[in-house]
Amino acid sequence: MVRMARFSSFERLLACGLLLASAAVLSKPATGIPRQASPSEELLTLPGELGNRGGRLVVSLRAEPKTLNPLTAADAPSREVILGAMQADLVHINRATQLTEPALAKSWKISPNGLEYTLILRKGLRFSDGQPFDADDVLFTFRVYLDENVHAPQRDLLIVGGKPITVHKVDAWTIVFRFAKTYGVAERLFDGFAILPRHLLEKPYAEGKLGQTWTLSTAANQWAGLGPFRLKEYVPGQRLVLERNPYYWKMDAKGNRLPYLDEMVFLFVPSADAQVLKFQSGETDIISRLGADNFSVLSKQQRGFTMIDAGPGLEYNFLFFNLNELGEKTSADMGRKEKWFRDLKFRQAMAAAIDRHAIVRLVYQGRGAELWGPVTPGNRRWVNASIPHPSRSLERARSLLKEAGFSWKNGPNGESLLQDSDGKPVEFSILTSSSNADRTKMATLIQDDLKQLGIRVQVVPLEFRSLLDRVTQTKEYDACILAIASFDADPNSDINVWLSSGGMHFWNPSQTRPLTAWETEIDSLMERQLTASSYEERKKLYDRVQEILAENQPMIFLASPDILVGAKNSIGNFHPAVLEPYVLWNVEQLYFKNSSEKSSR
Amino acid sequence: MIQRRGWKRWLIALAILHGIVASAGFFAPYDPTEQDRERPYLPPMKIHFVDAQGRFHLRPFFYVEHLRAGSFDQFEESTDQPVPLRFFVSGVRYRLFGLLPSGIHLFGAQASRFYLLGSDAYGRDQFSRILYGGQISLLAGLFGAGLTLFFGTLIGATAGYYGGWRDGLLMRVAELFVALPWLYLLFALRAFLPLAVSPVQAFFLIITVIGAVGWARPARLVRGVVLSAKERDFVRAARGFGATDWYLLRRHILPETSSVVLTQAAILVPQFVLAEMTLSFLGLGVPEPVPSWGSLLATLQQYSVLVSSWWMYAPALAIVPFFLVYLGLASALQQDTGAGKIVNMTGEA
Repeated sequence: MVRMARFSSFERLLACGLLLASAAVLSKPATGIPRQASPSEELLTLPGELGNRGGRLVVSLRAEPKTLNPLTAADAPSREVILGAMQADLVHINRATQLTEPALAKSWKISPNGLEYTLILRKGLRFSDGQPFDADDVLFTFRVYLDENVHAPQRDLLIVGGKPITVHKVDAWTIVFRFAKTYGVAERLFDGFAILPRHLLEKPYAEGKLGQTWTLSTAANQWAGLGPFRLKEYVPGQRLVLERNPYYWKMDAKGNRLPYLDEMVFLFVPSADAQVLKFQSGETDIISRLGADNFSVLSKQQRGFTMIDAGPGLEYNFLFFNLNELGEKTSADMGRKEKWFRDLKFRQAMAAAIDRHAIVRLVYQGRGAELWGPVTPGNRRWVNASIPHPSRSLERARSLLKEAGFSWKNGPNGESLLQDSDGKPVEFSILTSSSNADRTKMATLIQDDLKQLGIRVQVVPLEFRSLLDRVTQTKEYDACILAIASFDADPNSDINVWLSSGGMHFWNPSQTRPLTAWETEIDSLMERQLTASSYEERKKLYDRVQEILAENQPMIFLASPDILVGAKNSIGNFHPAVLEPYVLWNVEQLYFKNSSEKSSR
Repeated sequence: MIQRRGWKRWLIALAILHGIVASAGFFAPYDPTEQDRERPYLPPMKIHFVDAQGRFHLRPFFYVEHLRAGSFDQFEESTDQPVPLRFFVSGVRYRLFGLLPSGIHLFGAQASRFYLLGSDAYGRDQFSRILYGGQISLLAGLFGAGLTLFFGTLIGATAGYYGGWRDGLLMRVAELFVALPWLYLLFALRAFLPLAVSPVQAFFLIITVIGAVGWARPARLVRGVVLSAKERDFVRAARGFGATDWYLLRRHILPETSSVVLTQAAILVPQFVLAEMTLSFLGLGVPEPVPSWGSLLATLQQYSVLVSSWWMYAPALAIVPFFLVYLGLASALQQDTGAGKIVNMTGEA
């Protein structure tokens, strides 16, 4: 559940007409749906501003979604479209409060030993094609997610205590989930598991073709979900159009069925600058994921739109050194560098020499937060406020280096150069993703920071894929700057980063057993917080993880950017959150304030 | 007799322009890599003669600028801090022409930094960066052109003079090189090289690529001239008297190609400067923090810089006089000698 900035995977799935076989079952025309809720449906009432119906919301998407299938969606655009607008989950995390709240399950009970969750479903709900929803759909959904042959990226989350969770149906509206071990945040787990229509997907699943279904070219009547919008049209390379789901299961305080909007259009606009231009010209209604520079350009010339700084999000940028165990064929040069990197005092000196304040000011134009740990100030419930925040100190860095056996000599132009105990000059390179100007800028600032210590740093911008390949596969690099943007505020979402066996334990990924004592301690703390039941207990454990990270500096945390968004003034209920999807999390409640706006396009 | 005055004027202008860039250390007030983190994207400072009280000063001065409180891109002058501009001040140490150590700069100020052309994202002096960046770009152009012409003349003369299968082979290879997509060649080369390329390595890599791909066109031109020159009467006469191939080439044939080669040089240098800029613009040139004209312009790829920091366009203007003078020189050379043709001045590099 961790997303790396600019990460997208999965080959584009081939369009295939496999679903046509089951076409006969479907496509009941959507007629006779009452605008007011009927009493047999257990709809969820949302508080908030009342809106008016109609209108078409246009937003940019930075890439074409690779699929509309929640089981195979691993790229950010697909997840944004599917989870944000087309599908629904049993229990949902409210992006504003960061707490769980009832969704398709109207309530849930935990057994006294904490191993059993009983979920009561809402009655009378229908999928977007008009077919009824009940416990069988939930049963089917989790069977599919747990099937190893389906390769759902979320499958790992359903393995608790080494065993997959089991799902049982009690009656048509009651479902029981059993865990092998107590799981602290079991209800958070349901967020993001889109409930699938059994009537549509059972056949392709039986045929083993589930992975290839629901591509972008799926016919609209072959697709169904429980989200606020349903598929209408896909134009390759241009846009994806969704229409209002007339059977959606939420209503406003007056009993009007949501969503308010009639249509949603996702335009595929690859570059951030082009997205800004489209927003500026009024072609799109909402913009998110803005860089600070573009945000200030738009803020200066605002005409008819509001720009909002929602505060620091969950993304943390960090510098890390190569701490992998090197094989025999490593060059002496790399071995020497590794000796510095593994020296805690060296890493502490680097951390002390970096000017985080300048990073926030020059890279984010002040719209960000300095970081000393992985949990950003935006993650209010989990940040360990007692981690020390030392400001930049070259003196401290120098004395740490001196203690570690480094010394200085005079260079040819009279500058002082750092050398290690063998008299070799200290120089290394920092990899950054060439597509991310922000991190390249951070690297350039760090280059100058470390020059003042007499260290020669080279900044190497690399294409993101080859960068990732170097860090996780070939392990041929000195240092690297990356960012991680967690999906959820909960510590479990980053467990892959902190466990020494994790694939995103970047400084030394996928270890068979932890190399250092402090990594061993983090492993055990993370395992313990996974099964601890109370928030207070978990918080204490995770606070300790943050302390260990701050002491040992496997990652030197740099800064976290604010979530910067903008919307037309005419859009009501616009409340950006710091969790993804930043602006579309309450898309069912968004509406156009004056009716002239929606007819103007 | 050949009239030489026309192109001499251009040559002098060229020498002056290159002289300024070559002695960047003297003309630039600051180290091009020195950051001033309090002043990112500072607009060019105003030079004042009249202060806030309306008094006239003979010595020009400027006001220290600070970020407006709470802002990260709006600056204001503090009118209580006038700083006089001084000439021939001592400042950061540098080596003139890479040799003579010195610390004297044409202009500067004592109390605060003076930004003639504003600053970039890291608060580095844009004026100094343009001057130092010119060193990389122009040197790449000159070296590249020199390398190209050397190999072009060598191969062209061999092909033209000996003819036969040698001619055929060399010219087919030349055609192959003309058709080579040099940008992708560089991408490929970069992938083979070690990860961290120092500025010096990157610089020579660029020159090598430019030179390796560029020799074909001058080679074909030289071959044509040699082909006609070797049949001239005086060449045949010399051969009749028993002159060796080497003597004939050196004494009679290569001098005939001089006008073509010179004209080509005047055309190729700006073309190769442009090639270097393209590479650096795409991030394949010399790495940060060393400036080159191309990498200076690369910041303009960001929309926000494009619309709000107009002084970042300055490097684009800096190349204009250079290109104009080179073009003038090329056409003057062509007129004077009546040989050669201006081909492909702005076309593909």
